[in-house]
Parts: sequence; C-alpha cells; structure tokens
Amino acid sequence: MNNDKIITADKLTKRFGDFVAVNEISFDVHKGEIFGFLGANGAGKTTAMRMLCGLSLPSSGQATVAGFDVFKENEKIKKSIGYMSQKFSLYEDLTVKENMRFYGGIYGKSDQFIKDKTAFVLDHLHLENEGNKLVRSLPLGWKQKLAFSVAIFHEPVLVFLDEPTGGVDPVTRREFWNMIYQAAEKGITIFVTTHYMDEAEYCNRVSIMVDGSIEALDTPTQLKRNYGAGSMDEVFLKLARKATRMES
Amino acid sequence: MRTLKFLLQKEFRQIFRDPSIIRLIFIMPVIQLIILPWAADYEMKNIQLSVVDHDHSDYSRKLVSKITSSGYFILNDYAASFNQSFAEIEKDHSDIILEIPASFEKDLVKESEAKLFIAGNAINGVKANLGSVYLRTIIQDFNQSVRLEWIQIPRFSPETQIEVSTSNWYNPLMNYKYFMVPGILVILLTMVGSNLTAMNIVKEKEIGTIEQINVTPIKKYHFILGKLIPFWILGLVVLTLGFIIARVVYGIVPLGSFITIYVFAAVYLLAVLGLGLLVSTYATTQQQAMLISFFIMMICILLGGLYTSIDSMPVWAQWITKFNPVSYFIDVMRMVVLKGSTLADIKYQLLVMSGFAIVLNGWAVFSYRKRS
Repeated sequence: MNNDKIITADKLTKRFGDFVAVNEISFDVHKGEIFGFLGANGAGKTTAMRMLCGLSLPSSGQATVAGFDVFKENEKIKKSIGYMSQKFSLYEDLTVKENMRFYGGIYGKSDQFIKDKTAFVLDHLHLENEGNKLVRSLPLGWKQKLAFSVAIFHEPVLVFLDEPTGGVDPVTRREFWNMIYQAAEKGITIFVTTHYMDEAEYCNRVSIMVDGSIEALDTPTQLKRNYGAGSMDEVFLKLARKATRMES
Repeated sequence: MRTLKFLLQKEFRQIFRDPSIIRLIFIMPVIQLIILPWAADYEMKNIQLSVVDHDHSDYSRKLVSKITSSGYFILNDYAASFNQSFAEIEKDHSDIILEIPASFEKDLVKESEAKLFIAGNAINGVKANLGSVYLRTIIQDFNQSVRLEWIQIPRFSPETQIEVSTSNWYNPLMNYKYFMVPGILVILLTMVGSNLTAMNIVKEKEIGTIEQINVTPIKKYHFILGKLIPFWILGLVVLTLGFIIARVVYGIVPLGSFITIYVFAAVYLLAVLGLGLLVSTYATTQQQAMLISFFIMMICILLGGLYTSIDSMPVWAQWITKFNPVSYFIDVMRMVVLKGSTLADIKYQLLVMSGFAIVLNGWAVFSYRKRS
C-alpha cells in the first residue's frame, strides 16, 4: 500500500434494503491534503463518511483508513481519526473545559496533556474567559469552532468534518476555514463535506457525488476547466442537475 | 480503568447538574412513600349503609346503633321501604342495604330466631364483599350479647360452640402500611433503575452525542459500565432514603438485617438496569423509550403482587409473575422486613435475580452496536 495515501476506497458500497445509498465509490485521499467531499442532499456523502469512520458497516467493496481495514480494524481506525458530525455533539450541560477533559480522557490522553492542550485551545479560540461556562450558553459560531477543536483535541492524523459550517455566518465561516488551514499545516488530513461552493475552492481536491456515485474528482481548477465553468458553483450545478434521486 | 473514570465523572456531573433528575430521585420517593401508603388501604372504613327498618323496635334500634358505632359504617339513610334505599344504591350514594323485617323483635323474642336481609352494591366488589362480612360479624356479635342477656349459658352448653380466635403472624395488628411501604420501595427502585437509565442513553442518541462516543476507540463495556454504575449507586441511595422515611414516618424497621436487603437490592438493581439498557438499545427517541418503559412498568407492577396477591391470580398469570423481577423483590422485601428472613431464606430468589441480571445485561450488551 502506498504510504502517501491515508484513505483508499475501492468500490465501497452501502445498501439499505433495496436502496443503494453509496454505489461502488473508489477514490484515494493523500496525506496532508484538504479533500472536499461534495454532493447534493441525499447524494450519500454522510453515509460514505460514516463507513470510513467505522460507524456504519459497508455492504461491499474495500477501504482502508490510516492503514487500517474498515471491515476488520474499525476500532483501530478510531484511534487515529477525529470526527465532527452534522449534528452538534458536544455536551451542552458540561462546560467547555469539561468537554475537552472528557474527550481527551476517553482517547487515553494524560492529565498533563489535557491540561496543556485545554489552555492552548482556549487561548487559540480566545475563549479564556469562557472555559468554565456551559457549552449551552455559547453562540452557534463558537460552538462549531469549539466542536472542531475538540475533534482534533487528541491530535489525530485525519479528521472528518460533516458540513461543519452549516448555519454559520460568513465571518465565522472564514475564521473556521482559517482553523482548517492551520490544522492542515500541522499535517492533519482534512476530509470535509460542504454545500458552500466557495468553500470547495479552498480544497486541494474535490469529489462530487451524484445519486450515490462519484461523478467527478479533481482539483477545483481542473474541474472548472473540464466542465468549461467559471466557478465551482457552475460545475456543481451541471453535475447535480443529473440527479434523479429525491431529496431525503 | 482510566476511561471509566472519565465516563463516570462526566455522568455524575450531568446528573447533578440536571434539576429534573434530582427532583425525580429525591422528591418522587418522598412523596410516594408519604402519600401512597395512607391512600392505598384495603381496610374499608367508610361504607355507606342504608337501613330499611320495618320493625322500629327496641332491638332493631339497638342493632343499628351497634353497627354504626363500629366505625366501619356510615349511616347514609334510614328508609321506610326497600325501593327507597335501592334508589340510593342506584345513585351510588349507598354501598350496602340492611333490611330489618317487621317481625324482627317478635321473632327474636318468641321464636329465638330472626331473619335479616343484606344487599350489597357489587359495582365496587371489594367494598360490597367486605361490607357484608363486617356486617355479618357485627350481627353475630349482637346475637351473642342478646343471648347472654336472656339466659345464663350453662357450664356445659348443650349446643357445641366453636369459638375462633385469630392471631396475625408477622403483622399482628394487620397494619396495612407494613405491607405497602416495602412494596412501594421496590417500585421506586425499579423506576430509578430502568426508566432513568433508558432515558439517559436514548437522550444521548437524540442529541447525537452517542455518535461522537461511537467514533472514539472507547470499549463497549466501558461505555455501558459508565452508564450503569451511576444509576446503580443512585438506586441504593433511593433505597436508603426510603428506609429512613419508613422509619421516621411509619416506624417500620426491618425485622431482618439490612445486609440481606442491600445484597438483594444490589443484584436486583443490576437486573433492572439491564432492562433499562435493553429498552435504550431498541428505542431511538425518548418518547419511544418512555412508552416502552411505561408498558413494562404497568405489567411489572400489576403482576408484581403489590396490590393483589399473586396466590389469588389464575395459574397462567402466576406463571407470568415468575418472569417478573418486581414480584421477587416485593416478596423478598416483605419476607425480610416483616418476617426477618435471612440470606439463606431468600437464596432461591437471589439465584433467580442473578439469572435475570445476567440475561438482561448480556442481551443488552449484545444488541448495543457501535456500528450500524
């Protein structure tokens, strides 16, 4: 296996009864890249991502994440990855610090690591004074940035972000992407789904899913050239218009 | 072990931060234990009595005053005809009718034999039944005292007389609260054990935090222990609180040892926690969990022997109670509290309960999946 590749997927498929949510997708993600995973609602992005995270068992095909097989070594994968789901999933009734302590703790990090890292993250997010506040009391934009920080708190090699900027204002979105770049600079591979086409332009490579299959995969520049489009928006519209599947 | 420490820390923080859980754990038992035993009482005190007295004699008046002074009956009306008092029953004002015939005194004095008629309102079967039993006892007593007034009973009565005296073992005063309080404690423990656990896990499903947990390398048994241990401890706290109330309010002190009760309670809690866990693996919303729990609780309580004796149930229902953990604990609780049974006496129940704990938890662990 090529050491440069952190995710390999070969004809990965997920069926729910007769419904094929993800249909034989094959792609590779290289170490350190920001990989954009696009598609309309119901195209199968989240299902594909859940299979790679070990939350959903693939029906057929093959895939490895961080060198581990998704069928057999899913618990080993979990040690190396971070995951930020579509639903906000920090504990609202715990404080900012308690959430970090909890997630750091269950990844097996030492007390010293947790203490130092908490101080670092709070400083970085300018939340020094909010450390002891309940997460519930924070505005959405801060919650999302916090959720991202918690997802990479244990310093994984790869992080999955499922629509991390949904419902967030443009300023916070910009800040959020700055955080993604900073994480990428530290060598963390980013696997991100989004509906914002300007965000797709920030990615190194982009794949576009339509009806459970990957229809296009390339750098944003190359994609625009291939489809004779001026922006990623146009590329997406050209591809997504082919979709026949109803929105779920 | 370290993972477990973080899980427990998080769980306790959340529990103590949630005012509704604290209310449920501390206020619910107090209210239930203070109110229910007084209200749920089988002894009939306020039976509404209609008397139809066609006789209006000295003896009929004596009889009626004896009945009303017993404390069990309240004289609802003193009617002239049976139809009149039957109307009272139809309006549900009256529970029982005592009809005294016109020749009551005459027959009693002349023939030494008189007839009375009792009609009960069996819409409330228990009340009608108990009412007529009480009434018959009082009339018999009246009969005795009339005889005593008239004749000196000879040293050796020509008639054989069997006098029955009763002594109620284990609950000599037939104090209903001794019977109810231990049972209510069991129900409380069951609620804390199964409902709270189920709701807690399903809440994490609803919010989505469980997915975040499932994507961590956390072990399945760590997660489950992290959920079970806090509620296991809370259950024992509720039990202790219950015994304090039983002591302070009702003066109930178990005849047997607390160790016996706590050993059984510890195993029992494991079983009901397993039940809660099982519910949570099948329910996806708190509403579903609530309805499933409610359904199970209804069956467990009604077939648990708290209100109705298991021995008087039909055989098929008795078989169902054998699969009901609640019935074992109510049984054990009453044995230990009223009879002073020891661990050796309850070893069968303890064994069965361990079986419940293993099966329910095993099933729950088996059906809990980190990956769908």
